[in-house]
Amino acid sequence: MTNQEIKELITTWFSGPESAHLEFTEEGSQFLNLSIDPEYLHELMSWLKTNNKTSFDYLFCLTGVDWGKELGVVYHLESTSHRHIIVVKVQTSDRENPVFDSVQDIWPTANFHEREVFDLFGIKFKGHPNLKRLFMPEDWEGFPLRKDYEDEVNMVVK
Amino acid sequence: METATINNNFKSEEYFINMGPQHPATHGVLRLLLTIDGEIIKKVEPDLGYIHRSIEKMCERDSYQQIVHLTDRMDYLSSHINNEAVCLAVENALELEVPERVKVIRTIIDELTRISSHTLWWGVMGMDVGALTSYFYGFRDREMINDIFEETCGARLTMNYNIPGGLMQDIHPNFVKRVKEFIAHFKTKLPEYDKLLTGNIIFQKRTKGVGVLSKEDAIAYGASGPVARGSGYSCDVRKHHPYSALDKVSFNEALHTEGDSYARYLVRIQEMWESVSIIEQLIDNIPEGDFKVATNAVIKLPKGEYYQKVETARGELGVYIISTGGKNPHRMKFRSPGLSNLSLLNHITVGGKIGDLVATMATIDIVVPDIDR
Repeated sequence: MTNQEIKELITTWFSGPESAHLEFTEEGSQFLNLSIDPEYLHELMSWLKTNNKTSFDYLFCLTGVDWGKELGVVYHLESTSHRHIIVVKVQTSDRENPVFDSVQDIWPTANFHEREVFDLFGIKFKGHPNLKRLFMPEDWEGFPLRKDYEDEVNMVVK
Repeated sequence: METATINNNFKSEEYFINMGPQHPATHGVLRLLLTIDGEIIKKVEPDLGYIHRSIEKMCERDSYQQIVHLTDRMDYLSSHINNEAVCLAVENALELEVPERVKVIRTIIDELTRISSHTLWWGVMGMDVGALTSYFYGFRDREMINDIFEETCGARLTMNYNIPGGLMQDIHPNFVKRVKEFIAHFKTKLPEYDKLLTGNIIFQKRTKGVGVLSKEDAIAYGASGPVARGSGYSCDVRKHHPYSALDKVSFNEALHTEGDSYARYLVRIQEMWESVSIIEQLIDNIPEGDFKVATNAVIKLPKGEYYQKVETARGELGVYIISTGGKNPHRMKFRSPGLSNLSLLNHITVGGKIGDLVATMATIDIVVPDIDR
């Protein structure tokens, strides 16, 4: 499917695309980008995976991002049968307790990747069976990849 | 003793055992927490982070030229390919066209790197299942490649030969001759590999039907590289998204459908033949020209997002750059093939024996710095 067809199909899944804050953009990226309200994330992801026309069955990259004010997650999805790619983005301005739905029940690979994002950004994933730090020691304070992280031991000099 | 007495006196119970972080079969500092019942594995939980250096955080501090040098400390056996991934991402973002000569040299060294990585893997694979000879065979052939790298790039492992815009320096005058010598030598040695391990009945019994991964699971767990291709999932980035000079060569994607350790083994053996063929197609046709194009001393990427994937010896490496227009990336993410490949280890080893776990680990071929980053 072309990006335009994917865009039109996804829009039909939502009765009110505005209420889900569904936004498409192809600007500044080689892929079709889609941002959505975190509340609808899991629903959208299940559809993207199971719908025969999209069948995005390969989650090849899951990235945590600190945008400065907001914390977000970026999902890179590919379909192994249609070979098209989409990028899904969610973000929240709640820096104290950022929570998104886990997608590890849809793509098991998300298990480790979500743990990595939790470890380095402190973003929690609702429904994750084993959400604990992946790389850092369990008693480590703070989340190193956040922009406001204070690097007390001075390991990475700014 | 009667069965009832045995059951009363010798209870089967689950217990934990640590494999690693200094276990030779874990190929680096990886700790596996095994839950076992006798010899049967009930659960495998990797404990990571022993060599986590936060390369992604360091990238936010560094310039794009500096970042290239961090990447060969990830998957050190694919260092040249890692460097290339960052360079390609930066060049695409700047819409910089590098000379044909650079593309061809990059691809030749990529494939030499792949052979070098696979020969090391092949040697260690034999050692993991108890055949020590393969280790010496593998290292003997790898040594020749390291010498070629040393002469042209100045280093044997972390080569740092790529820079955004081209190469650090031109190839050494001996490069073509020595690569040809190596290819001629290696083509007589690869059949020996088959004699020693591939056709060996003991080796086959250790690997056939062990650690079976279905194609569906390979996709669901985000597997890539020889691990996924051993399960029949066609995912070679060199085929699907060709980069550098790969669109000029013809080669077959190594695919097997059995999904067991032996299939993953065969994929890598076939890949070495394919790499030899790619190098043969290119080595006599290195175009004349410059080995780099000039870039600004301070590289600033336009605001936007850039994603570049390449095929390392382990699978798909993704470089994801979010730029806000400055001289450092706002966020730099490395999608390492090893982390996704490791995440399926529990799935394919549960129910097997500890010895099978070692054989399966060897065919997944992880490099721990690539996972920890």
